[in-house]
Amino acid sequence: MTALPPQCYPAGDRTLVVEFARQPGAVVGARVRAAAEYLLLRPLPGVVDVVPAQASLAVHFDPVVVAALHETADPMQTLMQLVLLACSRAPAVPKARSRQIDIPVCYGGEHGEDLAEVAAHADMSVEEVVRVHSSGRYEVQMLGFLPGFAYLGGLDRKLAMPRRDVPRKRIPAGSVGIGGDQTGVYPFETPGGWNLIARTPMLLFRFGDDAGAMLAPGDQVRFVPITAGEYDSLEPKAA
Amino acid sequence: MSLVVERPGLLSTVQDLGRFGHQHIGVPVNGVMDDVSHRMANWLVGNEGDEATLEITISGPMLRAETDVVIAVCGADMGGRADGMRLPQWRPVRVHSGARIDFGRAAVGARAYLSVAAGFDLPAVMGSRSTAVRGNYGGLRGRALRKGDALPLRSAEEAHTARWVRLLARAQPGISYPNWSVTRVNAPSVEPVQIIRVVPGRHWQSFPVAVREQFASAEYRVSPDSDRMGFRLDGPPIEARKSGGVASEAVPMGAIQVPHGGQPIVLMADRQTTGGYPVIAVVASADLTLMAQLGPRDRLRFEPITHAESYKLLFARERQLNKIHEALIARLQ
Repeated sequence: MTALPPQCYPAGDRTLVVEFARQPGAVVGARVRAAAEYLLLRPLPGVVDVVPAQASLAVHFDPVVVAALHETADPMQTLMQLVLLACSRAPAVPKARSRQIDIPVCYGGEHGEDLAEVAAHADMSVEEVVRVHSSGRYEVQMLGFLPGFAYLGGLDRKLAMPRRDVPRKRIPAGSVGIGGDQTGVYPFETPGGWNLIARTPMLLFRFGDDAGAMLAPGDQVRFVPITAGEYDSLEPKAA
Repeated sequence: MSLVVERPGLLSTVQDLGRFGHQHIGVPVNGVMDDVSHRMANWLVGNEGDEATLEITISGPMLRAETDVVIAVCGADMGGRADGMRLPQWRPVRVHSGARIDFGRAAVGARAYLSVAAGFDLPAVMGSRSTAVRGNYGGLRGRALRKGDALPLRSAEEAHTARWVRLLARAQPGISYPNWSVTRVNAPSVEPVQIIRVVPGRHWQSFPVAVREQFASAEYRVSPDSDRMGFRLDGPPIEARKSGGVASEAVPMGAIQVPHGGQPIVLMADRQTTGGYPVIAVVASADLTLMAQLGPRDRLRFEPITHAESYKLLFARERQLNKIHEALIARLQ
């Protein structure tokens, strides 16, 4: 099937969005990642950020810089053409391979305070919830919310549960939560409203000169159950 | 040498022009809310516009200078005093060692920017000194100032200091400053209802015409439940679209989201990188500073304009700022 040409829309006066399809999917996801990779490797002057989502990517730019460089009164129009041209040159699949990443997690107890509530909501036993969640294969759809926070798709519908009515003021770093039909890992201690079922000692984001996120869009994630003792013996580390 | 925090104020954070280039891995931009006041404060003390300043919110801090230091304060009028003497804003001020810089409550506007000549001596995290309170990194220990903190100062080069000695010959016991100040560009105003110009958002077309018209004529009030992440607005609710939810996507500063309840939220400096609510409009770049200077319970109305009008306003403002910057460079040489 021939892919439709991407459409470009303004999102304010300093951001544009390239939409690759109306609905997310595996093929469009790969196209978005490939185009984002291409734009990040060959930065257009005046562009300050390129942010891929599930079926689209956004380009943030400084209109003053773009206007001065191209001697135009309409930097949006100019940049839209340049970005669409770049997207047409980008490959259909990204160079960066999707990786298979196992995240060790300790379920329940102090590591996942809401596990019993999630089980009650799903009308399952706690053991069943752990079995279903840890046998799932999750795909990183996009990063957002916090540095390194990955929105994971592929949660078993039976485990879907609305966010908590009152968000917690503090969620420990590494907490695995369920919010709606998504699951994800909090990279930092932060306020948040997801239902907490487990925690990992892995670091999901590192600072410093080689700042980066452990997970990237397209990665396949599994949660591997560990005991509280194993959790304590694992030093926090990057995958 | 540093500025010692004797009283932190409501929310005082170190910010620069923002942390760019990492939004694709979920790293928010942060940075100043009002970039014009921030750049002006920097230029007044001979810094580059992207040097970090202290963003002071609504109720200001008290700081003790451990050394002679040249500062400038721009933005909201904070009724500042240095050792009891009135601290003028929008001009460089030399504060002597031991002086206490004491800010009051913002009379006009909500945020002021304090720059120091040569800048704060703080490490950059991912290319920026902006404080990310939610991730606890950047700025001074990744958080707002607390009592007893010391804000380290970079030592001003000899030339830099000599320039100020010449300039500030009229020495006074507490502070000294020149008899000129800069033109206030986009300074906080005392309008009873602030007009904020907006351009169409990603989902503007999918809101019915009647809803768009209502959005453009309604008066809103900034909810006290607002922060650097977003301004919640009280006013007539915006009717949700029939088609339901939208896919999560990158959101710019000034995006006006319409969540389920219909009370709009204007995303500001500490916004997340992506959002999942329909965006009806986005604050025009030229008016972001006016938005940033609104405080709790301030009133506002939105006025839709075209992209062409928005760029015209922005480019005119930047030309004016460039002229001021060039004049300042000439004066400080």
